[in-house]
Amino acid sequence: MYDAGKIITGIIIFLVLMTSPFWLNIASGKGSYKPEIKIATEEKQCVADTDYMKAAHMDLIYEWRDQVVRNEKRIYTSSNGKTYNMSLTKTCMNCHSNKSEFCDRCHSYVGVTPYCWDCHVEPKEVVQ
Amino acid sequence: MNIFLSLIAVLVLILIAWVGAGAANLQFIFGMIMPIIGLMLFLGGIVYRVIKWARAPVPFHIPTSCGQQKSLTWMQSSKLDNPSSSLGVIGRMLLEVLFFRSLFRNTKMELKNGPKLVYGSAKYLWLGALAFHWSFLIIVIRHFRFFTEPIPFFVNFMSSLDGFFQIGVPVLYLTDALIVGGLTYLFFRRVVIPQLRYISLFSDYFILFNILAIVITGILMRYFTKVDLILVKQLTLGFFSFNPVIPEGIGSIFYIHLFLVSALLTYFPASKLVHMAGVFLSPTRNLANNSRMKRHINPWNYPVKVHTYEEYEDEFRDLMKGAGLPLEKE
Repeated sequence: MYDAGKIITGIIIFLVLMTSPFWLNIASGKGSYKPEIKIATEEKQCVADTDYMKAAHMDLIYEWRDQVVRNEKRIYTSSNGKTYNMSLTKTCMNCHSNKSEFCDRCHSYVGVTPYCWDCHVEPKEVVQ
Repeated sequence: MNIFLSLIAVLVLILIAWVGAGAANLQFIFGMIMPIIGLMLFLGGIVYRVIKWARAPVPFHIPTSCGQQKSLTWMQSSKLDNPSSSLGVIGRMLLEVLFFRSLFRNTKMELKNGPKLVYGSAKYLWLGALAFHWSFLIIVIRHFRFFTEPIPFFVNFMSSLDGFFQIGVPVLYLTDALIVGGLTYLFFRRVVIPQLRYISLFSDYFILFNILAIVITGILMRYFTKVDLILVKQLTLGFFSFNPVIPEGIGSIFYIHLFLVSALLTYFPASKLVHMAGVFLSPTRNLANNSRMKRHINPWNYPVKVHTYEEYEDEFRDLMKGAGLPLEKE
């Protein structure tokens, strides 16, 4: 092999970079971490079913924003006929008042930084 | 024909993953086994090919000279386009690897108004390639948010930069739009330009369609048919910590995405995509143009058996003396 020193250095850099997720997870020891969220409400039913909310709540909130801000429509009728006030802080955060234990846990787990709080005031949480 | 065959090949891959992870319930195979096979073949294949290249001798000193060579002191030399030192070579390689300088120098020849030959610069390929490659790199780095826990600091920073304009929710990543644009350009270039269409092979289209399918499934998952990202991260985190878990309830589209990536990784070292590693080993770029200062020894040179005049004289001294021939040594 010609230029063995350079080639082997290059290969090592390549392999370390490409397998870095493995080493980072071993170093942090959080390979099987799973965020646990706390649901701080007595209410049994959200405005839509859980599977939809888990994957697509941002669509719903975005839709609500447009309806309220642009169309001045504030009443949301859910699939089971119940009506809700389309409000992040008054409806969503009424049940899910614990932002740091509900919103943030999953969001920071998958590296999402929603810009809700660019406009909305972050609710004060009751420290338990 | 090649276009349709490669399109069908990619569609078959999609179908395999769809049926396999959806109807046949083989999530473990498509979620863990295929990716690890793909990753190992990718790493092993690249290392194999690099070592194979490194074993091949470079018989001639062949850096391409794209500027004035280093010469007399009063003559200005082109340090990056015709480097004579290692530092210059590093600079040249960086420009090549990061900014595709040789594509930037691309020219186009055209016949205009009858027999009038015109040369002009052609930057579209450079622009399309730059948009595609940089977007791909940023997208791969962005995916680290699924690969590690905690997420490295620069990943979230890069994501926020990528979603700078905050269009929609989840925010539109500019690289998602750019990579689709880049790939579309790279595809239409092969279709529209007759000479390029003539030399385009099955594999050229296959790679484009495969990457495009990966991009489209990713975009679908992010913006349209959502998947539960918490479950997705559990799977990827399990994969990247030797801790395999297959959470219930991830949609088939995720497994299609993953299977296409596995296929790309598997094919990567065997395809023209190894230019990722090969660019570092191109002797036309990575050699300093110092052939007038330093002799390049051809590694193929074998020791030639020679018979010098001194040895000849030693052998025939007596006969030469007898014949009265002049000798160098008495």
